[in-house]
Amino acid sequence: MNIKITKYYYGDIPEETTSAQSSKPNTVELGWPLWEVFIRSKQGLDHKHAGSLHAADAAMAIENARDVYTRRQEGISIWVIESKHIHASNPADATMFYEPSEDKIYRHPTFYDLPDEIKHM
Amino acid sequence: MINQKIINATLHLADTTLILAQKNSEWCAHGPILEQDIAITNITLDLIGQSRMFYQYAAELINELENKTETEDTLSYLRSEREFKNFLIAELPNGDWAQTILRQFFFSSFQQLLFEKLQHIEDKQISAIAVKSLKEINYHVKWSSEWVIRLGDGTSESHSRMVKAIEILWPYTGEFFNAEENDLTEVEKIKSNWIQKIEAVFIEANLLIPQNIFMQLGGKQGFHTEHLGYILTEMQSLQRAYPWLEW
Repeated sequence: MNIKITKYYYGDIPEETTSAQSSKPNTVELGWPLWEVFIRSKQGLDHKHAGSLHAADAAMAIENARDVYTRRQEGISIWVIESKHIHASNPADATMFYEPSEDKIYRHPTFYDLPDEIKHM
Repeated sequence: MINQKIINATLHLADTTLILAQKNSEWCAHGPILEQDIAITNITLDLIGQSRMFYQYAAELINELENKTETEDTLSYLRSEREFKNFLIAELPNGDWAQTILRQFFFSSFQQLLFEKLQHIEDKQISAIAVKSLKEINYHVKWSSEWVIRLGDGTSESHSRMVKAIEILWPYTGEFFNAEENDLTEVEKIKSNWIQKIEAVFIEANLLIPQNIFMQLGGKQGFHTEHLGYILTEMQSLQRAYPWLEW
């Protein structure tokens, strides 16, 4: 028997698998997609990834995020995006992606003599 | 001036929010999905917070008027059915998710209109509690009305569940506007606003408001359905079995 296992990277799950045929009732079967939640903790800071959740639509996703991720005063602003719209780098590419920069320390701005007058560098 | 009227009114507000919280809390760990489980539990915690503020104030008033030593705990754990003044709708069984969110929608919409009035009454404590609670209530209304629309305008299954929930709960909404001597504001005057709110959401949800339905009354006067006794028995069991147990 041949079983085909398709490996998906995070967020790259194609449409058809989001309505799974499993007999177990779950939120995926109900057609509730996964959403990624980003929370801004205070004015001036950027939105940071807080986690993910299920919701039927964007409005529900924001409310769920409010209920799940801001109940301990974690945030003042929420972004949500359906997980399927996020594309991730392939872990198999890690070697060619990231290792070449290891021996290029000259890319760090540490080879300049900064004048004393310049602060906060 | 402290009088029995303001005490009864405060207890009514406290009892309704406590009993509704007690019912909603049954969903804890049983919600349709984790995210909504947390949503209904958050609302429950808001309601318990509101009831605590009302009980603390009621205890203060009772102690001053009658020279007693009531606390928020004695008022919630040591009174019996006939002493509870909550709306009947709060003590009804949860039913399915449709019935639970519809009750929240009916009650929160009423509470929103009521507290908008209460924030301007003479009693400083009640008006302060109303101002603080309204922030929470506005969210409860948003959350529950979206659910009414989602289910009413959803599948034929979800629609029929909403229709059934309306049939069960509608007869308990008349009590909101049944004026009595202890009221802090003229409740009958907010009825038309409430109907408008419900209608606006029902139109979007493809649902109809029932007409000419007999309305159940009695909660405010301490006349309850058969359900309240069971709720109190469970809620008060620890206190009754082990008085003043601490943990």
